[in-house]
Amino acid sequence: MASGLRKAYKDKVVLDGIDLDVPAGTVFSLLGPNGAGKTTTVNVLTTLLRADGGTVRVAGHDVATEAKAVRAAIGVTGQFAAVDELLTGQENLRLMVDLNPGAAGGGKRIVAELLDRFDLAESARKPVSTYSGGMRRKLDLAMTLVGHPRIIFLDEPTTGLDPRSRRTMWTIIRELVAEGVTIFLTTQYLDEADQLADRVAVLDQGRMVAQGTSEELKRRIPGTHVRLRFTTAAELDAAARIIAGSTRDDEALTLRVPGDGGTKSLRALLDRLDEYSMSAEEFSVHTPDLDDVFLALTGHTTEVTAK
Amino acid sequence: MSSQSMVMLRRNFKHVARNPTSVFNAVLMPVVVMLMFVYMLGDAFDVGVDYVDYATPGMLLLAVCYGLGSVATAVNSDMTKGIINRFKVMDVSRGAVLTGHVIASLLTNLVAIAAIIAAAFLLGFRPAAGLLDWLGVIGLVALLGFAAGWLTVALGLFAKSPETAGLASVPLVMLPFFSSAIVPADKMGPGVRQFAEYQPFTPIIETLRGLLNGSPAAGTAIVALAWCVGIAIVGYLWATATFKKRA
Repeated sequence: MASGLRKAYKDKVVLDGIDLDVPAGTVFSLLGPNGAGKTTTVNVLTTLLRADGGTVRVAGHDVATEAKAVRAAIGVTGQFAAVDELLTGQENLRLMVDLNPGAAGGGKRIVAELLDRFDLAESARKPVSTYSGGMRRKLDLAMTLVGHPRIIFLDEPTTGLDPRSRRTMWTIIRELVAEGVTIFLTTQYLDEADQLADRVAVLDQGRMVAQGTSEELKRRIPGTHVRLRFTTAAELDAAARIIAGSTRDDEALTLRVPGDGGTKSLRALLDRLDEYSMSAEEFSVHTPDLDDVFLALTGHTTEVTAK
Repeated sequence: MSSQSMVMLRRNFKHVARNPTSVFNAVLMPVVVMLMFVYMLGDAFDVGVDYVDYATPGMLLLAVCYGLGSVATAVNSDMTKGIINRFKVMDVSRGAVLTGHVIASLLTNLVAIAAIIAAAFLLGFRPAAGLLDWLGVIGLVALLGFAAGWLTVALGLFAKSPETAGLASVPLVMLPFFSSAIVPADKMGPGVRQFAEYQPFTPIIETLRGLLNGSPAAGTAIVALAWCVGIAIVGYLWATATFKKRA
């Protein structure tokens, strides 16, 4: 799909030689913190920005020389809901139908179907300015679907959404995949990429630091672990001696115990402490998040990159 | 006009009609200003003729200018709120997006002008214009609306945010006051007088005044037309260049 993609603004390099390959009918997720270059990548792939170097082919067409053919095949739902605030939901969809030569004719039916499918029929006649964030995103995606794109770009489709709207969005994305649509998704959330994507690429400061399936990536990062915090250094010492495979942090007085997070291993751990009549001040289970991925893959956390 | 332009025009016109502030600014505000100057202050001005007859041409200009603020804001909103990217990916032409705004602005102008003319007649306006003169008046005002529309679209594209876009059109709203719209330029103080004499709105107003009196003067009319065409060309070129750079 893309090779050697480069983009720089003045002297600031935003994308530094990116190679991507997304097979048709799959979900590809670009994972990275703010400022990693995700949106810039999407903008180049969707013909909105010209790359400074490298070649990009989308749906078999070169984005630089065959922009029209690329545009005909793709749909884009940007990071900021590209909806018309002053129009109603229905009018927004109608606008898309009217601007889409292919959708003419059955316009009314297409609009009604999409409103139904995205659960927006009730608010169809209300201006979008009254919609919630989740409703806007849904409308945005519905508008993208009017042209029946074969490839859909979703730039952080769930950032800022509440958990319920997020799940609805995921369900819709899965339905699209089932219909054979290729999805290019950017996200800041590891679990989102994990849930939806066949392949994940991790972007950091304009460079690709890892690419593979979600499972492959997870193998490269520290897994689930339990964290125990003690009140005194002596207690920590004692605990570290009795629990095998643990790593200690003397400053925070915590002990890190790798495990699968299941109840069996948990009981074994607690029993072990009990056996020696010890108790921890605090107990928590940690699952890897984006920060862990970044720490493992780049040696620094997302805080550093997100300037 | 292409079908895409029609779709965009319909969208922009809906925006104007649905936004009470823009309707008020574009249509009611000029009428309010006219009532203020003609009905309240009119007797205080000594311009040699009935004041409503003197002021109406200037008010027509004011009616064009007052609508521009919301056009600049609307153009800028399109650019900054992401919808422009959607249009671009859908291959909606640059021309359709921009002409949609210009034509919607022009239509709003025509509504405002109709309101001003109606108000003028209620205030005792007695023009001596014949049919041809009237056509000339409408034509010139429409040409100005078209020219100012392109300039405003350019301002809207150029501005960083919708707020500054609205602000950028303020000079266009103020300009009629520094012309012969309200009082003749030769009654103004030095400096302002020269400015009023040479700024574009004065020859346009004088041409309108001549047409409405039934005694148009070819000299000022040519200057007026030249200004309109000039503003339109500058506005169009600036708008298309800025659009290319930003979107």
